[in-house]
Amino acid sequence: MKTEKLKYERPAIRKLNTGLMNKFGTRTEYAPVTHIDGVSVRELISKYGSPCFVLSERTIRKTYQNAVRAFKTRYPKVQFAWSYKTNYIDAVCNVFHQEGSWAEVVSIFEYTKALNNGVPGNKIIFNGPEKSKDDMKLAIENNSFLHIDHFDELYDLIELTETMKKKAKVAIRVNMDTGVYPMWDRFGFNYESGQAWNAITKIMATEYLDLVGLHCHIGTFMLTTSAYAVAAAKLSDLAVNIKYSYNKVLQYLDLGGGFPSGNTLRGSYLPGTDVIPSIDEFAEAITSTILNYGYKKDELPLLILETGRALIDDAGYLLGSVIANKRLSDGRRATIMDFGVNILFTAFWYEHKITPAQEFSSHTEDMVLYGPLCMNIDVVRQSVNLPMLNKGDHVVVHKVGAYNMTQWMQFIAMRPKVVLIDTEGNAHVIRENETVETLTVMERKPEHLKTFKLA
Amino acid sequence: MKINSNLAISDTGFIFNPSNGDSFSTNALGADIIRLMKEGKKTADIKKAICEKYEVDPKVLDKDYDDFMSHLRDHFLVSHD
Repeated sequence: MKTEKLKYERPAIRKLNTGLMNKFGTRTEYAPVTHIDGVSVRELISKYGSPCFVLSERTIRKTYQNAVRAFKTRYPKVQFAWSYKTNYIDAVCNVFHQEGSWAEVVSIFEYTKALNNGVPGNKIIFNGPEKSKDDMKLAIENNSFLHIDHFDELYDLIELTETMKKKAKVAIRVNMDTGVYPMWDRFGFNYESGQAWNAITKIMATEYLDLVGLHCHIGTFMLTTSAYAVAAAKLSDLAVNIKYSYNKVLQYLDLGGGFPSGNTLRGSYLPGTDVIPSIDEFAEAITSTILNYGYKKDELPLLILETGRALIDDAGYLLGSVIANKRLSDGRRATIMDFGVNILFTAFWYEHKITPAQEFSSHTEDMVLYGPLCMNIDVVRQSVNLPMLNKGDHVVVHKVGAYNMTQWMQFIAMRPKVVLIDTEGNAHVIRENETVETLTVMERKPEHLKTFKLA
Repeated sequence: MKINSNLAISDTGFIFNPSNGDSFSTNALGADIIRLMKEGKKTADIKKAICEKYEVDPKVLDKDYDDFMSHLRDHFLVSHD
């Protein structure tokens, strides 16, 4: 009688070290994740290739709705504006626009993308330090909100609007000391030094500039809510002074973004999910500060939020496969994956949670996870405890929805497909993978470099 | 390659080295290999027995077996014949 053979797992041995018990227990991130929103990882890889980014539309919508609920249950006038730079794939932007989000852009490229997606000009916020006169002209014609970053831009804008004889809706970006360091003072006008007030005075004295709001963006991956309370108070102070000095009620305060996702920052002792404040805590800090600041009820400003990372990171997955296993000179296991820092840019910032996509025994190994690039910097995880991964096995990298699909590099390898799983569990390609032609089509060879002969 | 004869191995893959007090944990295949080595089986016979018991390509086993031996050597659990 033929007996069925046992499932193979390569032999492994681990020395047991006695010492102090870890009160947090052992990490269990190697529990396999075989499906995303009910769709098999194995099937996704066989259909769309490995590596491949996957986004969950259900998670995007759920996360967005939860953030809106956190703010709208505390404050009467709230508007979210989708931060294009966080993930500007059109399908992703349109999920946010369908949910009611405006667009927040920081370049003419993103501005054009928002227009092409069908966002009305008067629902686009144009931020950032680089706006040419042509960019600003287009934004003024479209009635968009221009957030002024520096005096050179302000003077360009004054000149431009005088030529156009058309009013521009503007806000200034304000930077400030919120108790979090290093201070982000490279963008906008400083509050403490009086620079912001000088800019406001200049705008108020200019015929064609209509100051409609104030903007700040105090940092990124902020782990403290109190900084937002300070920011809301300082913006409110300016708004109240504008009312007092010019009898002008501002339409909005834009508190920007910077809320963290559930990722674990490199070097952090505890997992991100244990240390980040909830969206409700951020909402409470911001809204209670504004509500208690003494605005008249009918003069409460619209609260705009440009949060990106916290709304999309959790919805993104990167599927990949093992290329090879090897042992380093000091005995450590090294596993080479088919994705590296070229497409997983956030590996520089985070200890990404990585799980196998198939069942394993309970035996695990500490290992270094490398990407496929022939570059020493290509390290996905310096140290991670995972089961015995064999060549060809699949893994799932979690919380990769923010910045990777915009900051990724075409370096050594091509960028892969991006797939969106809709709320019904159907998968759609929302960005094709690159090919050699994608790049060579942009190259030009001068006549004398078209041919060569090798001896 | 010879495994140290005084090693104690439990059914669950717990290994104790009485000569220096070190203890180890190994997975099922690791325990099988060490047990067969303790029985004095030759490398070729061990590999054959494993191929009969587990669903594995002999080439994959060759590679993993060599890696496992180097690991046992690092832990002073084996010596050359």
